[in-house]
Amino acid sequence: MKSALPLITVVLGILAVWYLAATLMNAQLQRDQFINAGRTDYSTQELIGASLNMERPKLPAPHQVASELYKLVFATAPTSKRSLVYHGLITLEETLIGFAIGSALGIGLAVLIVSMRWLERSMMPWIVASQTVPIIALAPMIVVILNQFNVTGIAPKAAIAAYLSFFPVTVGMVKGFRSPDPLQLDLMRTYSATRAQTFLKLRAPASAPFFFASMKIGAAAALVGAVVAEVTKSEDGGLGARLLAGSYYGQTVQIWAALFAAAALSATLVAAIGGAERIAQRRMAFSP
Amino acid sequence: MNLRRLTDFLPPLAFGLAVLAIWEAAVRLLQVPAIILPPPSAIASRFVTSIPTLAADFRQTIQGVLVGYVIGSLAGFVVAILIDRSHFLQRGLLPIGNLVSALPIVGVAPIMVMWFGFDWQSKAAVVVVMTFFPMLVNTIAGLSSAGAMERDLMKTYGANYWQTLLALRLPVAMPFIFNALKINTTLAMIGAIVAEFFGTPIVGMGFRISTEVGRLQIDMVWATIVVAALTGSLFYALVAGVERRVTFWHASYRAKEA
Repeated sequence: MKSALPLITVVLGILAVWYLAATLMNAQLQRDQFINAGRTDYSTQELIGASLNMERPKLPAPHQVASELYKLVFATAPTSKRSLVYHGLITLEETLIGFAIGSALGIGLAVLIVSMRWLERSMMPWIVASQTVPIIALAPMIVVILNQFNVTGIAPKAAIAAYLSFFPVTVGMVKGFRSPDPLQLDLMRTYSATRAQTFLKLRAPASAPFFFASMKIGAAAALVGAVVAEVTKSEDGGLGARLLAGSYYGQTVQIWAALFAAAALSATLVAAIGGAERIAQRRMAFSP
Repeated sequence: MNLRRLTDFLPPLAFGLAVLAIWEAAVRLLQVPAIILPPPSAIASRFVTSIPTLAADFRQTIQGVLVGYVIGSLAGFVVAILIDRSHFLQRGLLPIGNLVSALPIVGVAPIMVMWFGFDWQSKAAVVVVMTFFPMLVNTIAGLSSAGAMERDLMKTYGANYWQTLLALRLPVAMPFIFNALKINTTLAMIGAIVAEFFGTPIVGMGFRISTEVGRLQIDMVWATIVVAALTGSLFYALVAGVERRVTFWHASYRAKEA
């Protein structure tokens, strides 16, 4: 753990900046509150202390977010509608379903593209171009369209999560299937391997590093898709719904808590894929 | 050369036209209600008749996109240069930068709307946060990509830190920096549009999409999406064009010219 010390230093630095920013941003608000309460004799120390513990601060202090997180994750029953575990599980479910569908479709299309040249020439430019398009703009419309078909609940959000993870996975896997160099492909030809054999024995194993890289991007994208979808259709809950509710009622601490919960979820997913990658690395002896 | 360009260009064009034709035919033959999927012709005519609205939305959104993109990318670049001499800070910041790029940062949108109000400034702020880290991580990686031989050569010339930075390490870092600039074009569009879902003055592409979806004017939604897609692609193409001019020496371009 060579990087532990620098990492801890940087994290402490960020926390220090955060406390400073929270004090500066909330002080004016707190001053007004003191004046409204008819108090003029407050000391600077009192002002700082109060600024860091306001009920609806402009920027909540780290300890406020931490205690809110603790309260909503551990001290609230997971069945309660206030519990972040409850909403986190909704988001996680949508993300995982969407991610599974999106990455399966993405890998399938990548296989088709690599095995059929005309498909690649006609489709690949569109798929690459689609990366530059803000596809998330489609999210609200997909929710409404699926609603017309009586598809409600988790399905529309999973669909958006799938849709967002689909493109990066396709692009990454096409790159991965193409990663064997001409020498290796020639070797397969001298073995007179069939196309299927070349694919299974050379292209598929060679794509492993790309597979894990695109899984990580795809999982993160699926989570973003699920959260944004929850914002556009917030009545079924989820972390995105908590973000929206918090912004309606000015509950800044709640927004930050939901944000950190979403961040933790995303980091956990990516770390889990990273763990699988390390196991595969050891078994298959490839390095990224 | 020109003929080859044409043959590169034809299959995707044919594919795109085929998709549009099938879409149009399917919608008409199966009589799909316009609320679910309007035919491309309806979207095109809606696009033409609502150009003033679309233009106003475009102006509103692009303001936040561009301001945020410039500030965020520049800030990421400057911070990378500032911590360039400290390996300690780099080792601490890199894992955090990598972690943050996997996080759903668009979630800061409601916070920024609270801090900076409904207008484009809050959208620019979201874009700043989204574009900062990719630029930071890529610039740091780019600055460390100069080879030992070239660094040694600079040393034998007696070049100081700044001379080495300007003459060797920054040019070598350019492909990485442009990679971040290209990623950031998409992120900036996404950030600005999603931030508009959380509150806007009554104009802007994200606002248009969410309200017209509510009014079930799906053809208008599609027209706005066409604008967003065109803007995103043009923005990307612009950055890619500048990249070609700046990093003409790079292997990926040299190979194509030959």
